[in-house]
Amino acid sequence: MALLEIRDLSIAYRVAGGSLPAVRGVSLTVEAGEVVGVAGESGCGKSTVAGAVLRLLPTGTSVIGSVLLNGQDVLTMPWGKLRAVRWSDASIVFQGAMSGLNPVRRIGDQIAEPMLVHATVATRRALDSRVSELLEQVGVPAWRARSYPHELSGGQRQRVMIAMALACSPQLIIADEPTTALDVMVQAQVLALLKSLVAERGVGMLLISHDLSVLSNVCDRVAVMYAGRVVEEGPAAQLFGDARHPYAQALAAAFPVIGDPTSRRAPRGLPGDPPDPTDLPSGCPFHPRCPARVDVCTVDDVRLRTVSPVRSAACVHVPAASEVAS
Amino acid sequence: MNPLLEVRDLHVGFGGSRHRPLVRAVDGVELAVERGQIVALAGESGCGKTTLARTLLGLEKPWKGEVRFAGKPLDYSTRGLKAYRRKVQLVLQDPTGALNPRRTVYEAVAEGLRIHRVPGDERALVAEALSQAGLRPAERFFGRYPHELSGGQRQRVVIAGALALNPDVIVADEPVSSLDASVRGEILALLMSLRDSLGLTVLVVTHDLGLAWNIADRLAVMYLGRIVEIGRTEQLLAAPKHPYTEALLSVLPETAHRTPIILKGEAPDPRRIPAGCRFHPRCPALASGAAERAGIAARCVGETLPVLPQIGPHAAACLLAGHVGEGIAGAAGNTPVGV
Repeated sequence: MALLEIRDLSIAYRVAGGSLPAVRGVSLTVEAGEVVGVAGESGCGKSTVAGAVLRLLPTGTSVIGSVLLNGQDVLTMPWGKLRAVRWSDASIVFQGAMSGLNPVRRIGDQIAEPMLVHATVATRRALDSRVSELLEQVGVPAWRARSYPHELSGGQRQRVMIAMALACSPQLIIADEPTTALDVMVQAQVLALLKSLVAERGVGMLLISHDLSVLSNVCDRVAVMYAGRVVEEGPAAQLFGDARHPYAQALAAAFPVIGDPTSRRAPRGLPGDPPDPTDLPSGCPFHPRCPARVDVCTVDDVRLRTVSPVRSAACVHVPAASEVAS
Repeated sequence: MNPLLEVRDLHVGFGGSRHRPLVRAVDGVELAVERGQIVALAGESGCGKTTLARTLLGLEKPWKGEVRFAGKPLDYSTRGLKAYRRKVQLVLQDPTGALNPRRTVYEAVAEGLRIHRVPGDERALVAEALSQAGLRPAERFFGRYPHELSGGQRQRVVIAGALALNPDVIVADEPVSSLDASVRGEILALLMSLRDSLGLTVLVVTHDLGLAWNIADRLAVMYLGRIVEIGRTEQLLAAPKHPYTEALLSVLPETAHRTPIILKGEAPDPRRIPAGCRFHPRCPALASGAAERAGIAARCVGETLPVLPQIGPHAAACLLAGHVGEGIAGAAGNTPVGV
């Protein structure tokens, strides 16, 4: 049984005058001790998937499919059970550490809060020592427990968010752009920390980022999303080095390899803008921007096809031996 | 050739007294940018790169040293600055914050034209600037509001606002860091094509060495208010000489072949600049004993390094860089020097 299994998830937000389909049939699994990355540009639905795992989406949002955490469906779970699952089975690290922390409460109290709610620690003293332990684990001096968020640097705040996520020893950590606002060196520190957590404690991680190069470095497997669907999935190194879907290729090429003469003075991007989810193009939703477009692309909406036993891509250029059941 | 924009012995500080500022944000910088060049200024948050860019725009006044444009020192009178800002335009990181949400694209681009009372047909000038920034057909964008545009289109509107005044220089502070990966390359390609078609000079402030590799002719790496390494982009990135540059490069996800050198802590405090080499408390070459073996460890801690010259070959403010064969990760020592 996988730690997290997302099956055919479709999510539509309620908006004025109708609904906005943000996720249109996504399946993903995360095993214990594995880091799975989700990449894609703003509006592709990647953060919506992350929110759905812990049922953090606004009320009124239509969610179809299933999200199995240790075999139990989070989407149909009663409220009390869900409260128990949040923090202690699965926790989330958001982007933008400044807005995730309460500016008028001390760091230590904020880290202690999930433990108090879940009554995992018996005494005040045990709680304090657990907070110190967590802070040191993420590389923040323990005396910082008495500090307020504004007294910390951006990197330290992000570490505090990770310490909070670890407080109840969850099996699954969802990290939504955990390093986006950070400097390169601090990003390297935070990524090294996340990697060591996975290696040492065997937690599973779902890492969401628009930066494919970050994902390639940390993840075992990566899924690339476009217009609410996974368009390519596979081992991180293969996906970064040899993408099959033209969109994944464009994302991979957007970050140059320093020293590679083909990218010197030749920045590569992808012309055009992501489609409006309420008015998707016919056929393959990527076809208006696709450099490898052929006539059938405007008609055929290709689903994921098997590239190899561990890889799949949703492109007409992948031989249609078998479609992956989603 | 005379540089278009240059700084000499530049010191910019905040707080404290006039000649002893509390925060030494820019602490002795020499830099020359030639016409038509793209120069990248890289470093971590707090290294002084944004303060240096703001000083180049005349938004901060140095307490020592000077900024020169087209061979003349900057005129800080109101009228002088107004004329200067028409020639040197700023593009900021976050296009959403730079645009007024209640004003149309047309008004955003025309604002500069009105402030500077630029003669000529306003509609034609706005249309030309928008199409130069890649928003074509320009008339279709006139009536749009920022929320109707994508992030990349908004950044193009900001760039069009700068281009409308027909500037000589664009100073871009992290122009793509808030944009999606797919849009990033498009905006960088735009900056390059503007240099090629209009002869624009571009100074890009960034923390992203990949951006420098993509577009910059020259690269300067800043640390704690100083340029610690400068040179032609290819040379500097292929064979960095300064341990700091080496570390920055080694942690990029796409340089997997390098052993990551993860520096502890964050960029230090410009209120307390260490004596000796300002990088020595975090220097991996000093910590690993490489500096000791080269017999310079005591000098790293005690000797103040000279400011790197404005013009010249690839150079690094590091005592170890001169010691052939004592490279930081084996790469820095055995590289040819020269432009």
